[in-house]
Amino acid sequence: MPLTVTPSQTVGPFFSIGLHPVELALDPGGEQLAIQGRVLDGDHNPVGDALIETWQAGPDGQYSQNSSRGWSRLATDDSGSFRFSTFKPGRVRAGNQLYAPHIVVAVFARGLLRHLVTRIYFPDEPSNADDPILNLVPEPRRATLIARAVAPRLFQWNIVLQGREETVFFEC
Amino acid sequence: MSIAIFGYRRPLPHTQPPYLHPSYLSSLKRAPSQSLIAIPPTLSEVSGPRFSQKDLANGENDLTRQHHGEPLGERIIVSGRVVDEDGKPIRGVLIEIWQANAAGRYAHSVDQHNAPLDPNFSGFGRAVSDDEGRYTFITVKPGAYPWANHYNAWRPAHIHFSLCGPAFATRLVTQMYFPGDPLLQSDPIFNSIADETARNKLVSTFDWTLTTPSYALGYRFDIVLRGREQTPMES
Ligand SMILES: [Fe+2]
Repeated sequence: MPLTVTPSQTVGPFFSIGLHPVELALDPGGEQLAIQGRVLDGDHNPVGDALIETWQAGPDGQYSQNSSRGWSRLATDDSGSFRFSTFKPGRVRAGNQLYAPHIVVAVFARGLLRHLVTRIYFPDEPSNADDPILNLVPEPRRATLIARAVAPRLFQWNIVLQGREETVFFEC
Repeated sequence: MSIAIFGYRRPLPHTQPPYLHPSYLSSLKRAPSQSLIAIPPTLSEVSGPRFSQKDLANGENDLTRQHHGEPLGERIIVSGRVVDEDGKPIRGVLIEIWQANAAGRYAHSVDQHNAPLDPNFSGFGRAVSDDEGRYTFITVKPGAYPWANHYNAWRPAHIHFSLCGPAFATRLVTQMYFPGDPLLQSDPIFNSIADETARNKLVSTFDWTLTTPSYALGYRFDIVLRGREQTPMES
């Protein structure tokens, strides 16, 4: 008889006491860039107490096996805004399956009894068309997963928790 | 050529909270309104950051020795094991905790509860599970605190726990409660878990074997992370 997984509970409003920001270890071999955005609720009000964690492969498409390289953690400010420096991950390969460059993201906040999981993809990336995960997303909603280029090496990607423009969240 | 990816098991119904839980008011505008999209496991979810004891400084698990003096309150030892659904210990899990002080006040600018701050208590600690999945914290018992969710709402005493396990898919943030707390019954966050057996996994147990003479009461809190599928997804 398997054990029951410990249930999730919200991080609440005071997580910054215990969950401190972690900057991504930049890889000199990768294309340096920054991603900024806002976390918004169902009324499009800013979520000023959200925590975001990111996980990505190196420029070679390999995930770190025995360190925290590739992982970062940041919180939103009062205006719901966040920004982090990163580099474009390579294409992850598993067998004959090849994935488009992407960053996996976990979102925690007061009001979220469980965290949410989503992904950031890059615009102008032809491999998006063949990405097995993007292809599971109904076409009209795919744009919520693709960052928008707003300046050289600067991308905008918002997280809308609820409503018509809701970001796609995954069960994984 | 195809490669076998062993994913992580999905939770049994009602053993995890829903996103929308109307009696928890903060969930009303923050819970997604569209259904989540189920995806097969990929390398991106079955991998994750790894941690070891070397990532920690000595004494990070002792919240009573971060200042010149000792914090006020009832000193406690919180200890347990991190295992997977098959009961196998998981080592190298980064466990981060944060909590209110003994008076029910967080050392956080947003917390305006009119209870005293304790200059000798910051309320956070870290540990990494050992080869048997064990971890230990020394702290003080947090106080209950009021919140604005409903009339005369008080959160039961709790310690926030964050666990970075072996994979992105096993990430868990939860709260540990104390046995016999009369506030549990009316707490919408605790009661968001419909399955009673699962819900009660969040309540630690008083433990004589952890209790240390003339020093501290002991509470045991074992944590179960998602286990791996027995059969691979062809990918
Ligand atoms: Fe709390």
